[in-house]
Amino acid sequence: MTPKGRVAIAGLGLTPQGQVYDRTHVGFAVEAVRLALEDAGLARTDLDGLLLNPGLAWGDAAMGSFMLQQALGLRELRLSASMNLGGATAGAMIQHAALAIAAGMCTTVACVFADRPLKPPAERRSRGGEPTGSAAAYAFARGLDAAYGQFGINAIYAMVARRYMHVYGTTQDDLGAVAVAQRRWANMNPAAQFHDVPLTLGDYHASRWVVEPFHVLDCCLVSNGGAAVIVTSAERARDSKKPPVYVWGMGQGHPGGDPAERLASGAPLAKRTAFVMAGIETSDVQLCELYDCYSFTVLVTLEDYGFCRKGEAGAFVAAGHTAPGGTLPVNTGGGQLSSFYMWGMTPLVEAVIQARGEAGERQAPRRDVVLVSGNGGLLSTHSTLVVSPLPS
Amino acid sequence: MSETPIAKPVPEASPALAPFFAAARAGRLVVQRCAGCGALRFPPRELCSRCLGLEATWQDVSGRGEIFSYNVMHQVYHPGFAADVPYAVVIVKLEEGPKITSNLVGCPVDEIAVGMPVEVAFEQLSPEVTLPKFRRRRC
Repeated sequence: MTPKGRVAIAGLGLTPQGQVYDRTHVGFAVEAVRLALEDAGLARTDLDGLLLNPGLAWGDAAMGSFMLQQALGLRELRLSASMNLGGATAGAMIQHAALAIAAGMCTTVACVFADRPLKPPAERRSRGGEPTGSAAAYAFARGLDAAYGQFGINAIYAMVARRYMHVYGTTQDDLGAVAVAQRRWANMNPAAQFHDVPLTLGDYHASRWVVEPFHVLDCCLVSNGGAAVIVTSAERARDSKKPPVYVWGMGQGHPGGDPAERLASGAPLAKRTAFVMAGIETSDVQLCELYDCYSFTVLVTLEDYGFCRKGEAGAFVAAGHTAPGGTLPVNTGGGQLSSFYMWGMTPLVEAVIQARGEAGERQAPRRDVVLVSGNGGLLSTHSTLVVSPLPS
Repeated sequence: MSETPIAKPVPEASPALAPFFAAARAGRLVVQRCAGCGALRFPPRELCSRCLGLEATWQDVSGRGEIFSYNVMHQVYHPGFAADVPYAVVIVKLEEGPKITSNLVGCPVDEIAVGMPVEVAFEQLSPEVTLPKFRRRRC
């Protein structure tokens, strides 16, 4: 028995995003849950499940979901977990919540992400190569990669992207086309950090390199903030203030091995499970919210879901198919490149807004079958959700 | 008070990497070899993810391979590299199979290409640490 049509997202909470410093990571999480409950017209006492995807600011805090339960003053929970599959976690939280609800373990689950990676300007260490820090500040650089000057996630993702470009012929213009298309969506999203900043392909090429082949505009934003959704049974969701967004299908795919050899995400595996459950094929998808840690990730994901053949997503995006007015709207809020970086919650939040028909100026014309992807690590973990405003 | 410029980081010769650095000091490139199934691997790991065997030895490799991928670092994460940007980091796929992250010496950044044949070239950082790097190889 699958959860298809029996479980729905009933509430959505999104705090202010970006350079926001007036709360801690726990504070952002509490605020997001409060907003999601208000949105659904539910009370705290209606919650009997809590799933948390702790962002970087949570550090190695053990039992984060319990910490959040206490901060929220929640009693008598029947489901609780901290989960981390990187960017695939948001989708996975919905899946665990849906399974627990379908199994009768609980009825109403808050799924939460919050982080506070940005420090206020006054607290920031000097960056950009000014040799003002003490040697002790660089004690992190002890490994082999550091000896060769390789630092940070951007650098290792760039290795996979470069290999991909070599094998499949993906070009710098292809990467830029993703950034430009998503910015056009962000320009219609008042909640996007880049709402007021238009972007051309020329601007993209002129933007600074972080690590080739990635310009700064190929990389996701970094945001402080929180996001939460309330998952409940279809019956309860129909009583809530907002239209339910039903879960049709869900799946995961974690392929293992070396991503630079594989040059594919976990989407093909996750999709198989999710699309069978939803009873759909790729051609039925009307709207995509795809995980976009980098512009590159969007191209890989479009190809891995079968919207294009390998190496052809760049041309597909450059032709305008994913942009406003295109045949397959993708990342309609601007994504993590242009709106805000809440890991897997960024695509999920926009999917809920679109499925409800609440997206205003940027509302996609068709929203009956919405695909949401999550991707963690170096194309390492993947979650798929198919959601819809229709029960089946 | 003026501060001493911070040098490039010298990798810690951890117990796991000690045989690797001992070989590099002697001008040899080595990788781990699983005693159970014979699979070669680098960087060193506690056990073999192919057969889950615990025992491993170190084996000399040719030092020849090709550029599997590369990036070009523009952002400075460590002041020791501030004067070097933009510089490339490369992944070399050795003839024997394992991949090793390194730098390419004597090759301008814009001439690096995936598939370029390379061979090992050792760079002594300190009496204890010699770092295997790579240079272009004429075929």
